[in-house]
Amino acid sequence: MTLKADENAAQEFSRVVASHRQHIFRFLLASTRDADLAETLTQECFLKAHRNWAGFRGESSAMTWLMRIAINLQKDHWRNRRLQFWRQTCTNSVDVEEASDWLPSGERSQEQKLLAKERVGQVWRAVEGLSERQRTVFVLRYVEEMELGEIAQATGLSEGTVKAHLSRALGKVRTELRGGR
Amino acid sequence: MKGLRKRTKRAEEPVTEDFEQMEALDPVLKQALGEFKSSVHAWSDAEFHRPRTRRSTVAQRTWRLAAGWGLAAVLLVGTGTAGVYEYHQRQLAAQAAAAREAERQREVAAEKAREQAQWEEDMLASVDTAVSRAVPSAMEPLIQVADENETER
Repeated sequence: MTLKADENAAQEFSRVVASHRQHIFRFLLASTRDADLAETLTQECFLKAHRNWAGFRGESSAMTWLMRIAINLQKDHWRNRRLQFWRQTCTNSVDVEEASDWLPSGERSQEQKLLAKERVGQVWRAVEGLSERQRTVFVLRYVEEMELGEIAQATGLSEGTVKAHLSRALGKVRTELRGGR
Repeated sequence: MKGLRKRTKRAEEPVTEDFEQMEALDPVLKQALGEFKSSVHAWSDAEFHRPRTRRSTVAQRTWRLAAGWGLAAVLLVGTGTAGVYEYHQRQLAAQAAAAREAERQREVAAEKAREQAQWEEDMLASVDTAVSRAVPSAMEPLIQVADENETER
């Protein structure tokens, strides 16, 4: 009986990994701009989730729960990096220009592509200047397209605070798009 | 102080607009946000499906451990060498100070000996003079004769 329940839980967890792994990786990639680090943190996230899977009571969606773990892991990573100079401290984050090279292949003219690349670069520059919390909220909203309630649950902030962070973040993006004025 | 700074920062950036209004009223912003999302999705898809060569954490850990032990050994040897050098330097300084003290004491002793010799010489001279002048009264007539002889000559 218990064996059957364990098997079911393992299968369910496998389904969760399969459906959310890419989202978690994308969030971490957008937050760190480092593919290797994003991959490592994604693995750590699912390892931690697996250890605590029995304690997940489904009060929020699995995605929100996983995102919360990922946010905490990312925070811990930056905190540890600041403290532990002994560990490998170099970062493999790509610069803003390189990150802006990625554009979906659509039927657009060369000029339109250049303009789009420039705009994406401006958004990246603005994101770079955001505080850690503003960046997290911004990425969850505009990359992962999460609802305010979900963002609030994942970050542990109130909806009002999430809104305030989003307004400030958007204000900075808008300023950057207008040429930094 | 920290709280004050936070309050000041918040006061500098008042939230006057709702983010949804900002999105809706600014088409350039809306377009840029859409392009940003597409760009991140494209990058993430490419990276997610890229075969990744796993870095050997064991080798890294071994190297880090070896580097740690190496550094510790260098520090230990460095500290030991510095200690020995310091001890040697102190010994040399002590030897030099002892030699200087011995030399000074020798000079003081020589000076004392010179003073003693001078004093003895002076004392003997004064004794000589005193002895030569003090003649017993019984010999007075002889001295007078001697003095007369001297005068006649």
